[in-house]
Amino acid sequence: MARHEGRGMASVNYPIGMNLGGDPSQALIHSNPEGKFTVALSAIDLGQGMKQVSRQIAAETLGVPIEDVFVDTADSDTGPHDMGSFASRGTHRMGNAVIAAAREARGVLLDAAAEELEVNAADLVTDGRGNIHVRGAPSKTITVKATAQAAQFKQGKTIAGRGIFLIPLSAVDAETGEMNPNTAFAHAALVADVSVDDETGEVEVLRMTSAYELGRVINPRMVEQQLVGGAWMGISHALYETPEPYYPNPDHGPRDFNEYLMPGPGDVAPYHVTVLERPAPDGPFGGKGPGEMCANPVLPAIANAVYNAVGVRVDELPITPEKILRGIRANGGVKPGPRRGGPVNWR
Amino acid sequence: MAKLPVQFRLNGSERAGFVDPAGNLLDLLRRGLGDFGPKYGCGQGTCGVCTVLVDSEPQLSCLTLAISCEGKQIETASGMADGPNLHPLQQAFMDNFAAQCGFCTPGMLTAARALLTKNPNPTRDEVVEAISGNICRCTGYEPIIAAILAAAAGGAGMRRA
Amino acid sequence: MLEMRKEIFADERDDNLNVVGKGVQRQDMPGHVTARTRFFDDHAFDGLLHLKLVRSPHHHARIRSIDVSAAERAPGVKRVLRGADVPVNKNTLLSLINFGKDDEPTLAVDKVRYKGEPVVAILADSEAEALAARKLVRVEYDLLPTVFDVEEALKPGAPVVNETYPGNYFEYHQRFDHQKLRFGDVEAAFARADHVIEHRYQMSPIEHAPTETNGTIAAPDQNGRYLVHSCAQGLFFSLDTTAKIVNVPSNQLHFVGGTVGGGFGGKVDSLTEPLTVLGAMLTGRPVRYVLDREEEMLYGSPRGAERIYVKDGLMRDGRIVARYIRSYFDAGAYTRLSSYAAIKCTAHVPGPYSIPNVASDIYVAYTNRCPSTAMRGFGVTAVDFALECQMDRLAEAANMDPVEFRILNAYRDGDMKPHRRVAKNTALVECVQVAAEKANWPISEQARRASSLTGGGGERAQIPATPLDERGQIGRPDTRNGPATQTLPAGTTRIPLSKQPVFEGARDGKPAPVQVPRYEAPPRQNPPPYDPAIAPPSLQPAYQPAASAPPLPIPPAAPAQPQHGAVRFSSVFGTRRR
Repeated sequence: MARHEGRGMASVNYPIGMNLGGDPSQALIHSNPEGKFTVALSAIDLGQGMKQVSRQIAAETLGVPIEDVFVDTADSDTGPHDMGSFASRGTHRMGNAVIAAAREARGVLLDAAAEELEVNAADLVTDGRGNIHVRGAPSKTITVKATAQAAQFKQGKTIAGRGIFLIPLSAVDAETGEMNPNTAFAHAALVADVSVDDETGEVEVLRMTSAYELGRVINPRMVEQQLVGGAWMGISHALYETPEPYYPNPDHGPRDFNEYLMPGPGDVAPYHVTVLERPAPDGPFGGKGPGEMCANPVLPAIANAVYNAVGVRVDELPITPEKILRGIRANGGVKPGPRRGGPVNWR
Repeated sequence: MAKLPVQFRLNGSERAGFVDPAGNLLDLLRRGLGDFGPKYGCGQGTCGVCTVLVDSEPQLSCLTLAISCEGKQIETASGMADGPNLHPLQQAFMDNFAAQCGFCTPGMLTAARALLTKNPNPTRDEVVEAISGNICRCTGYEPIIAAILAAAAGGAGMRRA
Repeated sequence: MLEMRKEIFADERDDNLNVVGKGVQRQDMPGHVTARTRFFDDHAFDGLLHLKLVRSPHHHARIRSIDVSAAERAPGVKRVLRGADVPVNKNTLLSLINFGKDDEPTLAVDKVRYKGEPVVAILADSEAEALAARKLVRVEYDLLPTVFDVEEALKPGAPVVNETYPGNYFEYHQRFDHQKLRFGDVEAAFARADHVIEHRYQMSPIEHAPTETNGTIAAPDQNGRYLVHSCAQGLFFSLDTTAKIVNVPSNQLHFVGGTVGGGFGGKVDSLTEPLTVLGAMLTGRPVRYVLDREEEMLYGSPRGAERIYVKDGLMRDGRIVARYIRSYFDAGAYTRLSSYAAIKCTAHVPGPYSIPNVASDIYVAYTNRCPSTAMRGFGVTAVDFALECQMDRLAEAANMDPVEFRILNAYRDGDMKPHRRVAKNTALVECVQVAAEKANWPISEQARRASSLTGGGGERAQIPATPLDERGQIGRPDTRNGPATQTLPAGTTRIPLSKQPVFEGARDGKPAPVQVPRYEAPPRQNPPPYDPAIAPPSLQPAYQPAASAPPLPIPPAAPAQPQHGAVRFSSVFGTRRR
């Protein structure tokens, strides 16, 4: 019995949002009389961080502190229409709608401040800490709170904004497949190091090293959540999961978590991610979206690493010990590939 | 079907309810007493999202007969904070971004709390073992393991249980 | 561990931002750690009824009879629902955007098409009573032949799974049994290539397995409305689907959700909302319908398996000169969202590489299994597995390092993609370089110097002359291997550029404040636009529209003018027939 180490890689890109457009998102923003803002959406937070992403984008655009913005989602009576949280569309589509709404609300806010300060609204800037002042003259200032109170009780202004973002629907050509698919693409490359046991056929993922280009990162901690969790799911897809182990034969499927295999907390592989930011011209602050692609390079990188380790190509997922052992036998033994590089440059 | 009375302390308060003889603790907590901290994930004892403490022992409330809890101390994630002050494990989960959808979090926190009560300075392997019955589909476990180790290093197990 | 490399593409960003880019705490985190976060099931209702389903035990069978009389008399049972009780008992999810035909009942009527298909719904005072009554429902079936393999399903004479699509394939453009991609002449390029390499790849189905199973609570509310606590991934998507199936105006439904215990695509299908709302309407009581784990595992729609054949033409120097992909999405018994994923997959071909001749034929096939649906990476994850395993093989055949091979073939700014749009904002080269560096995988100086900003465009921006064909006409499997019929001249595009985003705000006529920190990319030097006037003259016959007579009428060509607003999918695919 021996363990054989191998290294494989994969590189991918990923389209952001519904492929053909036609997937609008709307947002409504309003302030209370103290300059505290509520963002009303019907987007869904299923763990990816929709609420916080919208909150940061709204606070940035409004120019107010993050503590002064809360996102209320999803209630069909108060939140305007949104297609939903799928297709990696949340940050890009809803983020843009939130910017549009926040721009409008900010316009009213600065108008109200200009009236109080008796200056031109175009000369006003926000400091992100709750103050509005004249550009180049910080002493000529008013708080967001005082502005909101004046707007509500003195000027009769509604500090509110409406936003929609829509990439119009595109047609597809029947004969050539010509179309206008997504406008924003994220990118990734991943290197997987594995160890394959030639007696049991088991694969252990030793570590993974990746680089992701995601446009503007709205919140790096949340990007890390997505990429780390998604890489775990990638390992799971590559090596463990299937509801039909003898697909297309439908029999012998698992019925519960005892039978449906996933890596547990003891099977976690050390993982290093480097993030690059090439802003999408039409993304919110250049943002794209890491939600879906984070598992994609893991599957082929592991398959390629297994080949590099023992010379077996497994072209049907998942890569089970049975398939590896059958492959080794068919090859007449283990056939390791060339060594690729040395120890990783991270710890 | 005749219901049976059951009385226990839930997060420090005396509570009572009537249950079917075969009724489980999870249903009583959620539907009977309105504590939605423990979640339903499988009803088979395989996912851990319903984990509660029964006399400080972690138990799967979906597999625990409600009537067997007569006179016991039940603790759930809902009662973990001391008023407005978070339990060190809760703070560590926040600091480590150890939740995404949040559905497994109450069970994870409860399993971790049971560990640190018994073993205030666990190794990584001991943390892994303690949460090995709790499934998380979002995080890849690493932030959760890091959070529990951080809480332990901060003395969570010794300060409060 | 996450590391930011801010210096790469730094000249394309303005990083002077207050809170965007900062790792500040999530708004929902305090609720998660204190267990105060409320999911759909975390709401108490007095008098709650529980809904459980009788599901088909067979993969494919005709329903001879359904007897619910004993179940209706069982203790605690308040109502039993059959297909006839569902106001609009045929739907397809994407009918909301007019894409595809209604093909799926909420409760089966005449036959069942997969094991686990809902047949009867029971509403009772307790889950135990609903489960007990479930055993009293008598359904008699006549078994029908089954088909489980996508390629078997497409053969003539295969059992018809779903009568809405009698050929067992989704119908594209009312013309073809698949979606085509044609760019350049792959056959000619294969003939010229030093190596031609073809392999078959099989994605596994995958269960979403969210820790929170699918479910809904619906309750009669004031003013004749219904309050619906939903786990849907698209709130209005589910609301509109439910309104259609239970046949009420959309404003009678008040959906509340937005906080979901994991989805990964498995909560897009509105699996539970329509029946729950219908139950609340018919009983006047709050109704809770939650899938148990076994139902979620077996009958909550999975990621569909895809079978993918990749054929590549490779030169000795490592350049890929042709790629042909034939792929089959296993939709299961009903369409759900597979039809859309095949289009997304078509746009993704041939992966992030610049290849001068590319073609693909992507099929959506119906089989007697639980309908598959969206899952994280829908339409892309499987083909990426196939493409990247294939890339590893090609690198080996070219005797090249796999990293160097990716960089050599990577798409770059200005390259023409096979769906006839120019690539912009690319960054594959940089990702590969950085990953290799961090992994300590040595690469050549030339590979290290490569950039997504240079080397693209020019000749790589051209649209080549492209042979067209009429393979795979609906109802005519004999046409699947037909010859090319004509050639589309180089430089041809037929779909208008219509991707100007509508971005509203400040509609009150007030100028947007100048310091609004919306990101605006600094101007870049783009490659010169392709001018067909200087294109090499094609030796192929000019394109003649619809030269061969298809068995079905061809819909009018796509409009030549740009489209705006609520364009109907019927004008995109022409497949709407209720």
